[in-house]
Amino acid sequence: MSSISKPTVRHPSERTNAIGLTKADYEGGMSTLCAGCGHDSVTAALIQSFWELDLPPQNAAKMSGIGCSSKTTAYFMRQSHGFNAVHGRMPSVTTGANAANRDLTYIGISGDGDSLNIGLGQLVHAIRRNVNMLYVIENNGVYGLTKGQFSAASDIGSRSRKGEVHEQPPIDPVALALTIGATFVARSFSGDKAQLVPILKAGLSHRGFALIDVLSPCVSFNDHEGSTKSYAYVRGHGAEAVATDFVPLRRTINVPKHRDEVTEVLMHDGSRVRLHATAPGYDATDREAAYRHVRACAERGEVATGLLFIDEAGRCMHDQNRTVDTPLVQLPFASLCPGKAALDDLMARYR
Amino acid sequence: MSGVNDFAFKSATVNGTGSASANSLLMQAIFRMGIPVTGKNIFPSNIQGLPTWYEVRVSADGYTARPPQIDLMVALNPATYAQDFAAVRPGGYLLYDSSWPLSARHRRADITLLGIPLGDMCREAFTGDRDRTLLRNVAYAGALTALLQIDLGVIEQTLNEKYGRKKALLESNHRAIRLGYDYARAHFECPLPVHCAPMDRTRDFVLMDGNTACALGALYAGATVGAWYPITPSTSLMESFKAFCQEFRVDPKTKLNKYCILQAEDELAAAGMVVGASWMGARAFTCTSGPGLSLMQEFIGYAYYAEIPGVFFDVQRTGPSTGMPTRTQQADLLSMAYASHGDTKHIVLFPADPGESFELAVTAFDMTERFQTPVFVATDTDIGMNDWMIPRLHWDDGFTPDRGKVLDAAALDQMQKFFRYMDEDGDGIAARTLPGVGGKGAYFTRGSGHDQWGTYTEDAAAYQGVMDRLKRKLETAAQELPKPVFQRQDGADVGLVTLGSPDAAVREAADRLREQGVRADVMRIRAFPFAPEVAAFLARYETLFVVEQNRDAQLRSLLAIETGTPRDHMIPVLDYAGLPMTAESVVHAVTRHLEGAAR
Repeated sequence: MSSISKPTVRHPSERTNAIGLTKADYEGGMSTLCAGCGHDSVTAALIQSFWELDLPPQNAAKMSGIGCSSKTTAYFMRQSHGFNAVHGRMPSVTTGANAANRDLTYIGISGDGDSLNIGLGQLVHAIRRNVNMLYVIENNGVYGLTKGQFSAASDIGSRSRKGEVHEQPPIDPVALALTIGATFVARSFSGDKAQLVPILKAGLSHRGFALIDVLSPCVSFNDHEGSTKSYAYVRGHGAEAVATDFVPLRRTINVPKHRDEVTEVLMHDGSRVRLHATAPGYDATDREAAYRHVRACAERGEVATGLLFIDEAGRCMHDQNRTVDTPLVQLPFASLCPGKAALDDLMARYR
Repeated sequence: MSGVNDFAFKSATVNGTGSASANSLLMQAIFRMGIPVTGKNIFPSNIQGLPTWYEVRVSADGYTARPPQIDLMVALNPATYAQDFAAVRPGGYLLYDSSWPLSARHRRADITLLGIPLGDMCREAFTGDRDRTLLRNVAYAGALTALLQIDLGVIEQTLNEKYGRKKALLESNHRAIRLGYDYARAHFECPLPVHCAPMDRTRDFVLMDGNTACALGALYAGATVGAWYPITPSTSLMESFKAFCQEFRVDPKTKLNKYCILQAEDELAAAGMVVGASWMGARAFTCTSGPGLSLMQEFIGYAYYAEIPGVFFDVQRTGPSTGMPTRTQQADLLSMAYASHGDTKHIVLFPADPGESFELAVTAFDMTERFQTPVFVATDTDIGMNDWMIPRLHWDDGFTPDRGKVLDAAALDQMQKFFRYMDEDGDGIAARTLPGVGGKGAYFTRGSGHDQWGTYTEDAAAYQGVMDRLKRKLETAAQELPKPVFQRQDGADVGLVTLGSPDAAVREAADRLREQGVRADVMRIRAFPFAPEVAAFLARYETLFVVEQNRDAQLRSLLAIETGTPRDHMIPVLDYAGLPMTAESVVHAVTRHLEGAAR
């Protein structure tokens, strides 16, 4: 994964967050993606979210697979450890890492090919385990690095740049996640920072697996007429379920300007997500309703966006495993090794 | 050759009828009489219905390889009568269930038939099909107790320990033992010429299988994360680890677990979880067998190149493909040594029995962190699933784990800058940091081309610099891994080379060969890449045999590739049909070759 180191330019009057960091402190290397790539906007939204959440970079681990999207973990939070795994296997690496150290914030960045083609098996099982992590699919419906092949997210009737028509039904990660018990399911659009940032922040604060499908147009191979993942298509067909405000702990709660029906969800860390239903009767805590809404939008040719489902009561992997609170990596050896006397006693069992 | 405390018996039964507990009862009782004993379970990949065998070798001299011949056969499966009758040595015995008439086809004039109406007796004594079937096995154990002069008191005591809390079960087991025992005493001359007499040669030993021993090794080494996908014959390794963790790793106050066992969706994910946990600084491992090893190749290559620890137990089974899942083989040697695409080479440790499995499992966790590279522990079905007589396991409370070069926050404070892949000490090992340590220690782990500073590169010299250092690192490892074990004698001009479970057969073969006037030294290799002593041994002998359990002489190939010894200088002795090796097969191959050379 290529990256160019980026000069740190700091304006003297740049604002710092509660832990004294500026937004520049959350940046990484220079992006080597194509100019106008939707993924760069997602990176910018992530940086904004980390800064607003006062996330200490050393407490985060950046995880990714292979592909254009997976390269972007090099473009933010240079002070965090990063792991660029093999293709489609980021969920298992993150699962193992999280098993070993439950205290870090895990930020997984993947793409539609990485998550829905080669990595579908690992994605669904990480969802089932409810691994505590943010999982962003930067979904452009195309293989970019190998120049324009269809992915499992490509819609029926979608055309490649060479004019081929796609005939297989797409896998919608949002619908999939809802059916297998995901505890946080959202969708947004790389070009809609106002919607994306609060959703990313809510996902980072969710205790459990937070899936965010971000439609992110590929300017080189999939931003043309006939593509359902283009800027023009998404802007014209978006159907927001709920507008989201994320209110971190320790901050003043802002009253939203347009308050229709407001649902407040208390996150595990004490912070709050405020959901503003724009569709009548939408309830983001009702899995069945969320699924029906996603399907109904799809049948109308619309893309359901927003925070579609959230369940803060779900048991994460460590709850299921009944793991001690101290990260396993911090347990001293003496508390792990039963010692000589225990082994001597054990031997009687094998006689 | 057979006699008191030197014989073998074999039971032929139907899988799933409960014969395993009868066999282990007999073996345990003989062991408790102070007589060295080993058992080999030869079982099908099946839950119920297919033929299964269990061989028990009693050897006052302590030989633990498969027995040279069968003195007494317990033939309880009519489907395999033909082969079971044929397997008895001339002058031997065959016990069968005389509830049903024996076909005239199954007769041998040179063996003694011992008919016992086990089925009829159990039908009368017990109710319910299940009990009648299960207790028929216990009844034959009772008959063998009389015929082989096994201490009835020891048998009954062992049953008491096993079923102490289940009164009804205990009572019916005692009755079944008596049924067989009394019948044998009343109808046959007990004991047979082959029988047991108490000794005192097992006091410092235990009976344990290798999967249990590996699990104990992982527990004692401080492993906290185990990720796996169930696969025969490795399954009981993780299940034992789980049982030990439930016993020793639960916080007494909070009842919370100081471990995390992840049953993965497949072996790809299991390997990924091990890599993720090890990258984070935990001691993590997986256990698998051939088909799983194939799926893990991708991550093993990643871990080699990105320099991430991880312990991989490969309990080898008969391949290729699904092969024969419950049968033994050593056919993953090349797959382990050079796992994954590109230029790779991996550390592989080869225990020869469960006792050494414990020891090398602990070593594996130290080596994987010291060298920041995957380490395999290679066992097989024979080691993993059979009960071996091994010296009691010992632990030194002074043990401190070798965590390798890990820079903590204090060490980083002393540094101007941290570069992940810089060889500061000239041993090929670069220091690493663990996530969470802070900004200066942060780096980007990648399987793509990187330079010694840890940044992405496609630069020819920078790429090659890292690859050459990895080679140096494995050369350093070759010096520090467990050394080969030698068994030498004066005037030996033949060298026998082996690794892993055939060791018992090879050492016994060396004794047999000496009786025939052939003096052979034995070298048992314990680690790959090979220690310098390996090449030195190979250079010393005019005639060299390499004994292993695969078709293609994989160990010989490794020796040729890595030491430059000409392949033709090493005569392969191969036994790869899925059963543990016998000393006879080695003796036969060696003498046949020497006779051929003499002609």
